[in-house]
Amino acid sequence: MKRPTRDNTESQRRITRRGLVLGGGMAGFVGLLGLRMRYLQVDQADQFRLLADENRINIHLIPPSRGRIFDREGRVIAENIPSYRINIIREQAGDLEDVIARLSKLVRLNPEELKKAREDLAKLRGDTPVTVADRVSWEDISRVAVNAPALPGVTPEVGLSRHYPMGEDYSHVVGYVGPVSDRDLERIDAPDALLLIPRFQIGKIGLERRREDTLRGKAGTKRVEVNAAGRVMRELDRVEGEAGADIQLTLDNALQSYITARLEGESAAAVVMDCDTGDLLACSSTPGYDPNLFVRGISQADYSALLDNKYRPLPNKAVQGVYPPGSTFKMVTALAALEDGQVDPNETVYCPGFLKVANRRFHCWKRAGHGNVDLHRSLRESCDVYYYDLALRVGIDKIAEMAKRLGLGLEHDLPMTSVAGGLIPNKLWKATSRGEDWRIGDTANAAIGQGYVLSSPLQLAVMTARLATGRSVSPRLVRSVDGVEEPPNRGEPLGLNENTLREIRQAMYAVSNNRRGTAYGSRIIEDAFRMAGKTGTSQVRNITAAERARGVFRNEDLPWERRDHALYVNFAPFEVPKVAVAVIVEHGGGGSTTAAPIARDITLQALYGDDPPLDAYPSKDRGRIKTQQEQLRSRLDRRGSEDSDRA
Amino acid sequence: MSYLEYTVKHTPSGLRKVLYLNWPLALLLTAVAAIGILMLYSVAGGTFNPWAEPQAKRYALGFAVMFFVAMVPIWFWRNMSVLAYTVSVLLLIAVELVGVEGKGAQRWIDLGFMRLQPSELMKVTLVMFLAAYYDWLPLKKTSRPLWVLLPVVLILVPVALVLRQPDLGTSILLITGGGLIMFLAGVHWAYFAAVLAAIGGLVTAVFKSRGTDWQLLADYQYRRIDTFLDPASDPLGAGYHITQSKIALGSGGWTGRGFMQGTQSRLNFLPEKHTDFIFTTLAEEFGFVGAISLLMLYALIIVFCVTSALANRDRFSSLLTLGVAVTFFLFFAVNMSMVMGLAPVVGVPLPLVSYGGSAMLILMLGFGLVQSAHIHRPR
Repeated sequence: MKRPTRDNTESQRRITRRGLVLGGGMAGFVGLLGLRMRYLQVDQADQFRLLADENRINIHLIPPSRGRIFDREGRVIAENIPSYRINIIREQAGDLEDVIARLSKLVRLNPEELKKAREDLAKLRGDTPVTVADRVSWEDISRVAVNAPALPGVTPEVGLSRHYPMGEDYSHVVGYVGPVSDRDLERIDAPDALLLIPRFQIGKIGLERRREDTLRGKAGTKRVEVNAAGRVMRELDRVEGEAGADIQLTLDNALQSYITARLEGESAAAVVMDCDTGDLLACSSTPGYDPNLFVRGISQADYSALLDNKYRPLPNKAVQGVYPPGSTFKMVTALAALEDGQVDPNETVYCPGFLKVANRRFHCWKRAGHGNVDLHRSLRESCDVYYYDLALRVGIDKIAEMAKRLGLGLEHDLPMTSVAGGLIPNKLWKATSRGEDWRIGDTANAAIGQGYVLSSPLQLAVMTARLATGRSVSPRLVRSVDGVEEPPNRGEPLGLNENTLREIRQAMYAVSNNRRGTAYGSRIIEDAFRMAGKTGTSQVRNITAAERARGVFRNEDLPWERRDHALYVNFAPFEVPKVAVAVIVEHGGGGSTTAAPIARDITLQALYGDDPPLDAYPSKDRGRIKTQQEQLRSRLDRRGSEDSDRA
Repeated sequence: MSYLEYTVKHTPSGLRKVLYLNWPLALLLTAVAAIGILMLYSVAGGTFNPWAEPQAKRYALGFAVMFFVAMVPIWFWRNMSVLAYTVSVLLLIAVELVGVEGKGAQRWIDLGFMRLQPSELMKVTLVMFLAAYYDWLPLKKTSRPLWVLLPVVLILVPVALVLRQPDLGTSILLITGGGLIMFLAGVHWAYFAAVLAAIGGLVTAVFKSRGTDWQLLADYQYRRIDTFLDPASDPLGAGYHITQSKIALGSGGWTGRGFMQGTQSRLNFLPEKHTDFIFTTLAEEFGFVGAISLLMLYALIIVFCVTSALANRDRFSSLLTLGVAVTFFLFFAVNMSMVMGLAPVVGVPLPLVSYGGSAMLILMLGFGLVQSAHIHRPR
């Protein structure tokens, strides 16, 4: 040992002292670490556990299946069918363009869809499935499945999508569904989280939209565990949703299809209503469109074609279209005058072919005049002068009041979009909305359903049903929801004089069954089903003095859009009214020549529930009717088979 | 100085040395390494590859290294100290020139069979060198300015090289470790007080310099500091690591979520889960009980080292053992503080547990020196 011991001892002592200080420091720090561990893992454990679960658990919504829609017999109007789509997951695809190229050899890819898919593929996260082809056939799916090894990242997917097997028949009533748009989201105050699911479909128009809440159902949820990259590792549990409620309508598929076929080629609408319960048996507007096109996402070309069609396929003319009711309004004027005691049914009015009101001539449709006309004859032969005279006596306000009682000029509560209220003018209305005084001439115009008066085919059908029953029957479209019946709208008695009503009904009977009635040519021969009706021809233009002087203004000579609207309302059978029908053919010419035969055919179809026997028709018409029935039948059959191909 | 200075007559020799090995220490080290291998098995999703198996092999190699170093008399290692330090510094310079880039920092030299990180080697050789320096330096000169300045410079040279890589974690470890050995050797209190004051000033300067022309740290280092101070400020970016790490730790609770059941690590929410953040997986899966157990094992290792050092009358041996213990302590203390949100994320592995070859081998080399000092202590 060279070193002095003292030095070494001193050194050891110092190291020991400082070593102990340092050891104490280290021990203190270890204690600090321990305390921190305790704080994080014991005191704060619950909070961090929650955060860990928030990290790893995602809640996914399971879209519920939408409620189906049936007709009154339980036949399908709207259903959900499996739909196949092809998705690509980018991060699994490798060379994306190569895979798309190979896929396009197997399946026809829509360029528009493909463009959108490319954008999504570039934008979205790599593990998000992006749809490149929607609604592909089962064959396409099989081809893709067989070639799966050559198509990395391509996955077929099965979902449910809305299908309307009746095609255009219900396009206006039921409407269609489509993907949620930004505008939809703006419209809804507190959107259901479901609406944010890509490609989730909601009702866009018609019943689908109005009863969206009933049909949609409730979303189920599944909790999945995801990793930090967001990839789903496994499903933890799921809560099944609630399917939407099925809706049964009061409509009848067979009748609806028949009417759509019968009205084909016209811009027209027809409403058939059960007089007793108010059930709408048919509600048709033509031309229609195939709602399935909209579900798929209609192409710009198809949509433009619909918009440009001068027959206007998109609006629902039956409830949304408002027209001057023309002579079909005469029952209202008559009832108002009779109830007010202004006229006796047997009292006659002389018709010289016109009535001079405030220095202006109001013409009767019959230039030569009807001579002496009582109530019965005035309806049967649709004398205008009689109604000018009555209206001037009773005044517009009473007429308007009666019109409202009969269901005109008010919005019936039906689950369709844009149900129109129409317009029944009175003095107050003109003063407030036009700022003008009511003129006596306005009353004369209103008396024959012209001028300001506007009503929809639906309202006319309601009016007819109320005339037939004397009760305030209201229309009903939904028969039951998930098997629970909705109450029918039989309505309260209107409180009209029964004798007066009978006079009106008998006059309406004469319209169709009296040799001099305006609709005699479209009568029903079968005694049990005889109908009572009223024709209407409403002008869409003013007849100029020059035209009147020439005396020729035949509808056939005018361009289509200037021709008169043809209307017909009726109920049948006359003794025990079952159905009320309203038909309007836009620019169809005369009510008796165009609308009445259609209404007759519809009435018979509704009463027989099938093609009526030819005996029900007047003998001279039977040959023509037979040909027409055969044509319609073959058209309906053809459509039926097309549809089964499609589904 | 030669080995003759040592009293060798009672020192064990030959195979008898094995009996004099500090066996409790060796067992503790093996226990910690076993926990590490278990956790690497878990974070790999229940497979031995890619981490657990190589780690086990490396530990076996490390243990052999420790054993070999322990067998060699401590005076040989003391005589090698200056050479070891010099070689380490040269390697640090070499890594600057031919090093391989990893995660934005030049850190290793590829030797073919392993990747050598000179900065890791430096941690042990600096301890050796300082222990030898204070063994050589007469005690009364210890606190003289010139003799204080010399080791400070010799510490700062490798620190500067490591900082250039840039590796903040290792720099801090080197400075702190070196400083603590000087403290143990008996350098006067006043120097440390002055240094602490200077550090205070420097920290202020670092923050003040941010965004100016004379900015002292790299941007990413500033961001790490920001993140440390307020992890929630950037939950998806830089703060993500620390937030997820704390969630993993906290969600472990008392007893943890079970072996291989930690959702944070299994679902990849944890960053660097097999290296710097492996402690979070342990804490998540085995809870407070597991985490505190590991901490206790570490503490026991320190206790055994300190006990051995204080019982050793040889100045070099004492300082060396304490130095290795301090380095080891700094490793786990900084790592645990980091993952528990007590310190910024500076990239220090959890010793013997984190996956990594150089760090483990160098640590085992250090413990080999500790064992050698223990076996060859004067009796």
